[in-house]
Formats: sequence, structure tokens, C-alpha cells
Amino acid sequence: MRLSDYGQIDRGNAVSFRFDGKTYGGFQGDTLASALLANDVRLVARSFKYHRPRGILSAGSEEPSAIVTVGSGVHQDPNVRATVQEIYDGFEANSQNRWPSLKHDLLSVNDLMAPFLSAGFYYKTFMWPRAFWEKLYEPVIRRAAGLGALSEKPNEDTYERAFAHCDVLVIGAGPAGLWAAYQLAQTGLDVILADEDFCMGGRLNSEADQIGGKPAADWAADMVATLDQMDNVRLLTRTTVTGAYDGGTYGAVERVSHHMNDRGGDRPLETFWRIHAKRAVLAAGALERTIGFSNNDRPGIMQAGAVRSYLHRYGVATGKRLVVFGNNDNAFRTANDLSAAGVEVAAYVDARADAAIDGDFPIYRGAHVTDTKGRLGLSSVQISDGGRTHNIAADCLAVSGGWNPTVHMTCHMNGRPTWDETIASFVPTAGSIPGMSVAGSAAGHLSTSACFESAQDIAARVAGDLGKTTPADPLPTAENAAYAIEPLWAVPGKARAWLDYQNDVTVKDIKQAAQENFRSVEHMKRYTTQGMATDQGKNSNVAALAILADATGRGIPDTGTTTFRPPYSPVAIAAMGGEARGTGFAPERFTTSHAVAKDMAAPMIEAGLWYRPSYFPEHGETTWRQSCDREVMMVRENVGVCDVSTLGKIDIQGKDAAKLLDFIYTNMYSTLKVGRVRYGLMLREDGHVMDDGTTARLGENHYVMTTTTAAAGLVMRHLDFVTQCLHPEWDVSFISVTEQWAQFAVAGPRARDLLSNFVEDDISNDAFGFMQCGAMNVMGVAGRLFRISFSGEMGYEVAVPARYGESLFRLLVAKAKELGGGAYGMEALNVLRIEKGFITHAEIHGRTTAFDIGMERMISAKKDCIGKTAAARPGMVDPDRECLVGLKPVGTVKQLTAGAHLFNEGDAATRANDQGYITSVGYSPTLGHFMGLGFLRNGPNRIGEHVKMVDHLRGVEAVCEVIDPVAFDPEGGRLRA
Amino acid sequence: MLKLVAKSPAEGLVPIAVGAMELNEVVPAAITSIACYHGQSAALSAALKEHHGMALPKTGQATGRAGARAIWAGPSVFLVGPEPDADLSNHAAIVDQSDSWCVLNLKGADVEAVLARLSSVDMRLKSMKKGQVVRSQLQHMNAIYHRVSDDSFDIYAFRSMAKTMVHDIDRAMRYIASRA
Repeated sequence: MRLSDYGQIDRGNAVSFRFDGKTYGGFQGDTLASALLANDVRLVARSFKYHRPRGILSAGSEEPSAIVTVGSGVHQDPNVRATVQEIYDGFEANSQNRWPSLKHDLLSVNDLMAPFLSAGFYYKTFMWPRAFWEKLYEPVIRRAAGLGALSEKPNEDTYERAFAHCDVLVIGAGPAGLWAAYQLAQTGLDVILADEDFCMGGRLNSEADQIGGKPAADWAADMVATLDQMDNVRLLTRTTVTGAYDGGTYGAVERVSHHMNDRGGDRPLETFWRIHAKRAVLAAGALERTIGFSNNDRPGIMQAGAVRSYLHRYGVATGKRLVVFGNNDNAFRTANDLSAAGVEVAAYVDARADAAIDGDFPIYRGAHVTDTKGRLGLSSVQISDGGRTHNIAADCLAVSGGWNPTVHMTCHMNGRPTWDETIASFVPTAGSIPGMSVAGSAAGHLSTSACFESAQDIAARVAGDLGKTTPADPLPTAENAAYAIEPLWAVPGKARAWLDYQNDVTVKDIKQAAQENFRSVEHMKRYTTQGMATDQGKNSNVAALAILADATGRGIPDTGTTTFRPPYSPVAIAAMGGEARGTGFAPERFTTSHAVAKDMAAPMIEAGLWYRPSYFPEHGETTWRQSCDREVMMVRENVGVCDVSTLGKIDIQGKDAAKLLDFIYTNMYSTLKVGRVRYGLMLREDGHVMDDGTTARLGENHYVMTTTTAAAGLVMRHLDFVTQCLHPEWDVSFISVTEQWAQFAVAGPRARDLLSNFVEDDISNDAFGFMQCGAMNVMGVAGRLFRISFSGEMGYEVAVPARYGESLFRLLVAKAKELGGGAYGMEALNVLRIEKGFITHAEIHGRTTAFDIGMERMISAKKDCIGKTAAARPGMVDPDRECLVGLKPVGTVKQLTAGAHLFNEGDAATRANDQGYITSVGYSPTLGHFMGLGFLRNGPNRIGEHVKMVDHLRGVEAVCEVIDPVAFDPEGGRLRA
Repeated sequence: MLKLVAKSPAEGLVPIAVGAMELNEVVPAAITSIACYHGQSAALSAALKEHHGMALPKTGQATGRAGARAIWAGPSVFLVGPEPDADLSNHAAIVDQSDSWCVLNLKGADVEAVLARLSSVDMRLKSMKKGQVVRSQLQHMNAIYHRVSDDSFDIYAFRSMAKTMVHDIDRAMRYIASRA
């Protein structure tokens, strides 16, 4: 029911929204919860386990009960707290975990089964048969007990990640946060003030108080306006600081457009902030706790403070006839305020016998609420007053069991809070988070006046730490009422008394856990699921552990708390991922010839972050094999052009450049002549092969190393390690030139014919023989030419500065076509190198040695190199190791598959009989059959033998002959031609 | 004879203007990596001063002015603009990097906010002065940030990643503009 004289909602801005298909009216400034209560909707949800009817408990982010699904289709957003979600015109939400409807939920039968479903029920019942857990029990339980569901469609919303930096982060904009921020901001420090609410002010917006002679909410609004005018202050509303991390970093999630109708476009739905602050002030306030009594979970039973919030902030009376039950003076405010607003207060029930209070409504001192009635909403309250029992009709019961300071964030680095007997609550332990101070009620100061005082003090200290002095303005005058709490955790009773509303945990469950020896608070939590729901037990954990303390005969400080972990309130995984999904997951690297290859309809494959063309389909070709076979024969018989720019290129210079190369390569580079290229092998410290490639000597102290595409970064890191850690005294420097040069392989018997169109210099065999290199004028551009081959044919690699890459590739391909050649892609490149037995990272996969690939003689005896000693260990050169061989199918099955394992022909294909495995395969049009490279025990001595290839995964089995890995042109005459 | 045609790294990707921000390509005549040999920094700085008019920049700094700058780039210094004088190679390893980098100028009133979406480093205008250089990340790629004016930064990233670079900056600009 809306009250005309109350509330800070914008009555000029009416909005229409739908809940469970029914249309309601509300105002700008309403949450879904306040608007539903204004429409007298009390039943809004079903509980997780028992499907109990549930209403709205709180008015903040701690809400355990009023959990709904917002939107539909791809925008469906489950488990949204109605107390946080703002409404707007056209807003739509639905209740969840019920079927067919909220009022008639068939699974509420679970509630009748409750005697069987107590704590530990799953653990005791579903122990056997073992296999049933995964197949039967868990799916059934999951279906019966649950929260909202995702749409199961790809998320179309955008999420953003951002960083922020400041001197002081103030977390929470209630009285303490606002005052601390104001004091700090006046010193010139950069201040970020973050608050999870859409309207700053905290409890000031929810109370009837006066501050400095103004209504509290007005004072807060004025202070926010003042701060907003200051250049060094940044206000982040709708922003929950979710965690405290190392080095003064805080995570925060900003709900950017959950409150807007036009979702989508460029505006992110949420922003996940990482805020770096020199200091932080936690002013997160306190959360009201409930009291355990029989049937204390009916819709209409609410936190006393929330009832005041709905009255003062939203102008909503949460009922027509109210009962208030509490154990502190703060609860009494609710009765007073509601009575003043004209709501009938049927009873004020105070557990304290000596409560010093007075009001014009029935007051019961030393009394308890012992039970309630009302199936889908509260209808009456039973009071026990010194042995007498009264049944009082009421549709709202406001409960206050006291306030828990919001200590959560102070515990994110494994700190534990301290028990404060005077307020019967945990308070933060000083120094729990480096650089963070706690002010206001989060530190246990439970009056507005005390909050201001504490904020003033903390701000002065924080500013002092940063070399500034706060102005110490006179404190605003504010209420300083006594709190006078007398702890009350649970009222004895027969029916179930709920603690964790979201996970349906009762007082009895806690006691049972203790009885069954789950006495540690962490064990109790896991046994009962207390505090394990999305609200993390914000209003129930302290009561639960107090009851556990009582049941185990320990004090509350001895019992301790469970571990508080980030995030403080739920954060969508999508928000943490931000833009890093789909193509945003990693940068895309494109070669200079990318557009040309795309124009030629080449499908791309990813190599590291690079995109490389698989093949270049010609008219009439319908499968990749047709294109690949043609491209292979084209290179073997004519000429082909391939972009090889993705290989890592590292420019190495300095008088110790040769020393460095001799040290990291197994073979010698100091002896390489200027203008020559040499193939090299690099080992890891453990003796296994790290990478291979060619390195050219361009000058006395100048080399250009090439690495494989995949290991470019790895080799660069290796060079950094060697030069910075092992030999910092060497005068050598290196830098990646991978991006600088566009490099193209020109391969085939007519490679020289093709290239002579592009260079004027003599590139005949005599003038520019195999493994020669040098600067080369390429069509007027200063380029480089290397006489190297990865195909086994006469081969050159021509390099030009990247700006000319696209142009050169286009021209090379056009000219090649005139000669009957063309471009070739990764598939053909792979077949060409398999035919020649050239290795890639398929073979040097991290577990193979130089010995395994038949290159042990490349480890120079004349010098030391990284990995040399380890590679010489007996086990690393055992002839029985799996060594590189070629394979060709000779049985009825003509196909080979990479990843298949090798067995002796007569053996069963089992692990114990394993003889090796295949790493690379391809159909060789040159040889007319499939060819594979693989590793076989004692392989080099088994040429000519038959082995059995078995691919257990794909179900392929083939008899193979072991052949020399160099199956084509073993003398190498073609590449020297 | 045939002629090769040059293409700049961000050709066809920029300019972009979104809200208060604009993104333009900068194509320096040359970018040269200068990695000082042991014990040569004073001599190198003198040579740089003599031939190009600027001293060797300190860590995180740039020297020179528009058209001829030396910017700190981590292991080496980049000479941005002029072709390097041959004398420099007596003191340092000289490597042409002109075609390695895509250089974009990000300019406008929201530059701080856009940068806060690209890198974790504090590049607020009050923290990072004109002439300061930072090596950091741009979303998931390496980048060099150089504040060149009151409201603009030159950003360097690998040429091959130009498309993603532009995409990431453009998206950040659009996010900011959408909140205006």
C-alpha cells in the first residue's frame, strides 16, 4: 500500500511493469520489491529446497528470498534480487522455481517430506548404488531444487571491463561513507566513492532522522551533490565493491543498464571494475539479522529495518496491521514510525524484560513471537508473554534480531572478525586488509552520530597516511540513540524455525549437525548448506553459528565464523569475462597477404594467433584434398608461392651474438660465413628439443634467427632468460622483426624463373647457391633473399618490408600463374614437408630429444650448449626409445591417422604392447599413397618391417611398412638444383 | 618493370570518430630500434643529440618533438621519424622497425576513460605527463603508450594485430560514448 506523504520516489514518473504476466504500476525510483509491496503483492518466490512460499525479507542486496528472473529469451537474467532491481516502463520479471504457478506449486510436496529431508539427508540416503548418484539422484534432485535458469542461448549482452585508479576508495555511501569521502576530498586527494545502491545515502534514505536540521535523505542528497561538483571525486552508483585483493586492488561490478529499457547497442550491461587505491575506507554499513522462531519465513515477515526503508524511501506500508518483534531499541523505531504513518501496530513484542520504551500501541516486554499462520502470506502471529499466549491478526511482522556489521570485505585476505560482546556482533579486526580502514556501522558504531564521528577519525588518519590533513569540519548533528541489544538467536518451538531462507536451513538442522559431530563451523556449513546460497547467508550466518555455539557448549568467539570469500554479492561470470569472448578472447594476427588469400576464397586455419590459408580452391574443386593434391604437384613440377611471414624472426646483433647462438643452438654458428644460412636445433635445459629453424648471418655481428610460428614467443623468452640471467655480461641485443618483414616462400623447379621477374641480381646456382642469403633489391625495394627450402624443391624465401607484402604476394601469385604455378596453403606445405621428413612441432612436441628425431649428431662435440648434458643421459640416447620413422600403408586399409598408436603385427593393441605413435600424416600425390611420420621403438633399425597402426579413437586399423622418414628425393638434389 | 605498392598498417580501418574521441593513424617516416651496446650510453646519447637533436630518453620517457622523437621502448629506444644516422650503429644495434608497428593517435576529451578500458596502468592525465611512455597491454596485446599532447596519446601495437587493435579501441570509445 502506497502512502501519499512518504517516500522519495518520483511520483511524476509512473511506470508500468509486469510480474508473472500481470501488469502493475509503480514509480521511477522503485525497486521491483517496493513496487510489488506497493501493489500488496507479498508472495513472490518459492524456496530452493522445500518450495515454501516466500516474500520479501529485506530492502537491500542481502535479500535471500525475493529472487526472480528478469527478461526473457537471450536476455533472460535469473536469480535477480527484487530488492535491488529497479523497475522501468516495460520491465518484466517472473518468479522462479515453481510449477505450474507461484500459488500452486506442485513441488511444494517437498515441504511435506521435510521430516525426511533434514540436514545430511542426501549424504545418508544417496550413498548407493554408487552409479545411481550421477545418473539418477543428482539429476532428480537438481530438477526438484533449484533457482532460475539461463536461456541456454548465447548471451547477446555486452559486458565491459575497466580499470580505475585513486588515492582513496570509499566503499559505501551511507553517513560514514559520505562524511569520510567529503573530509578526504577536501584535502585534494582523488576519491572514488562507490555504492551498490542507485541512490546514495544508505540508511539515511530509510529513516525519519534529522541531520544538521534537515531530513536525513535531503542531507544525503545535498552531500552527494557537493561531492559531485568536486573534480577529484568520482561517484560510482550501482557499483558493488565485490572483493579486496592484493596490492590495494578492489573488484567492483557496476550495473550499467539493468535499469534501462533500451538494453543493447553500445552500452554495456555491466562493467567489471578493477580499482587500484592507495587506501580504502570500508563504510559498508550493517545488515539486520532475523530471529529463529516457528514458521518465521512466511511472506509478510520482514526485517524491521526493511519495513522502515519501504516506508521512508518508497512510501510503502508493508501491511495494514503490523506486529514488531525485536531485542533492541532499533526495532522499536519501526513500530513508532509505522504508527506515526497511520499503520495499525497490533503489537510491539520485545524480548527484553526491561526494555525502556513507550508507545501508544500494545507493548509486550519479555515476550516472544512463538509461531505464525498464513499459507501464502502472514495472517496471524502467536505471542508468548510470560506463559500467556496471544494470537494476533497481522499481515506484516517486522523482526529485528540486531545488526551485523558488514565485515565481509575485511576477511577477504583470510582475516577473521572479532566478537564484540557489547553489540553481540562480530566487528572487523584491525589490519585485516593492508591499506583498508573501516568506518561507521561496519566498524560497529550503531548510531548515526557515532558513524559520523568514526568517519571523521578514519578520514583524518587516512589523509595523514597520504600526507594530507582533513579540515575536521564540525560534525553534523544526528541521532545518537542507544542500541541496547540483548542477544536472542532463536525462540524454542515445535515447528521449523528458519535461519537460511534461501537454502532452507532451520535451527533444528544446525542442532542436528552438532549432534552428528559436525561441530566445526565449516563442517556445519557444509553439512547443512547454511550460508551456501547466492546470498551467502548474510542475515543468518551469525545466528547459525550462535546456535551451533550453544549446541556445542562453546562461546561464540570460540566457534568462530566461516570463511568470507569474494564476491560480496553475486557477479555474473560474463561481467568478469567482459569483452574477452568470441574473437575478443585473443587478438587476431593477419599476414599482409590475408586480404588477397581471402579474395582467392582460401579457408583459414589458426596457427597460434595467426590466420593462415589452408588451401586455395580452384574452379571445379569440391574437396580440400583436390586442392591440396594439385598444390603439391604444382610445387613439385612447377612453382608455388606461400606466405611464411608468421615464422618468428629475431634480429640479433652485438659482438657476442655468435656466442649467444653457439650457446642456445646445439650446432655452431660462430663458424657460419657471412651470407650463409644454417639449420639449427635448440634444446631445453632438460635436453628435449625446444625449437628448430634457420639462422642467417647477415654481418660479422649480425644474425637473423627464424623460429617456428608456434614457438616464436617461447624462443624470445628463452633468449631473454639466457641474456638477462645466465650471461648478462654478453654484449648482445635482439628484437623481433617478425612484423617488419613480409616473407614468401617461392618453391619448385621454376622458382628461379619466377623470381627473376622480381630481382635484377643474378640468382643462379653459382651466384646464389643453396643456403645462401643476402640483401636483395626487390623491384626497387630493399629486401632480403634466402635460399632455403621446406618443400624439398629449389626454394627461395624473399622478404620485403611489410608495407609491400600484399603487393608482392599479389604479383608473385599472378606471375606464378603465368608459369603454370600459383599459391599454396598449409595443407600442401604439410604434405610437401612430410614427403621430405621435415619436422614440425607435431614431432618436436616437447617430449622428443635430438636423438629421437635422428639429429643427435647435430649436438656439437666442440662446445657446450643448453641441454647438452641432460641430452647425454643414458636414458635419452637409449636405442630402444621411440625414434622418428616414416610409415606407409601396405594392407587393405590405405589410410593413416595422426595420433594413432603402433603395435607389432601379431600383438593385441593394448597399452602394454605399445610400440609408438604417429604424429603427422598426409596423402602424398607424389608417392601415390598416404605417408606418415611417427615415433617407433628402435625405429631406424626397423626399416622395411611391418607394424600395425591402431587408432582406437576413430576406429581405424592399418598395416604399415616402416620407411625412411625422407621418402622423397633423399639425396636432396632437387633443392640444390 | 612491376612496382610494389605500399600499404599502411591501419589502412581502411581508421579514421574513426565516436563521441568526443577520434582515432587516426600515424605513419612515421621511419621507426628504428636503437639498443645501446655495453658502456655506450653516453656516447650514444651524444650521437643522438648531434645527428637528430634529442638526448637518449630515460626509462618511461620520450625526447625530441613531433616528427623526430626518441621514445623509450623497453629493451631499446625507438627513434621515430628520421632515418637513423649511420654513426649510431657505432654505439648501438640498429634495427628497422618501420613496418613492425601500427601507430594510432587517440585523441579527445574522454581519452582517460578510453585508456582505462584498454590497460591496467594508471594513465590518468594527472598521473602520466606529456612525453611519458608506458609499455603495457591493450586488452590482450602488447602496446606502447606515449602521451603526446594534452588530450592525445600515440599507441603502438604489432602491425599484424592492427584490426584487433582498432576494434578494441573503437569498442572502448563506443562504450564511453554510450554513457554520455
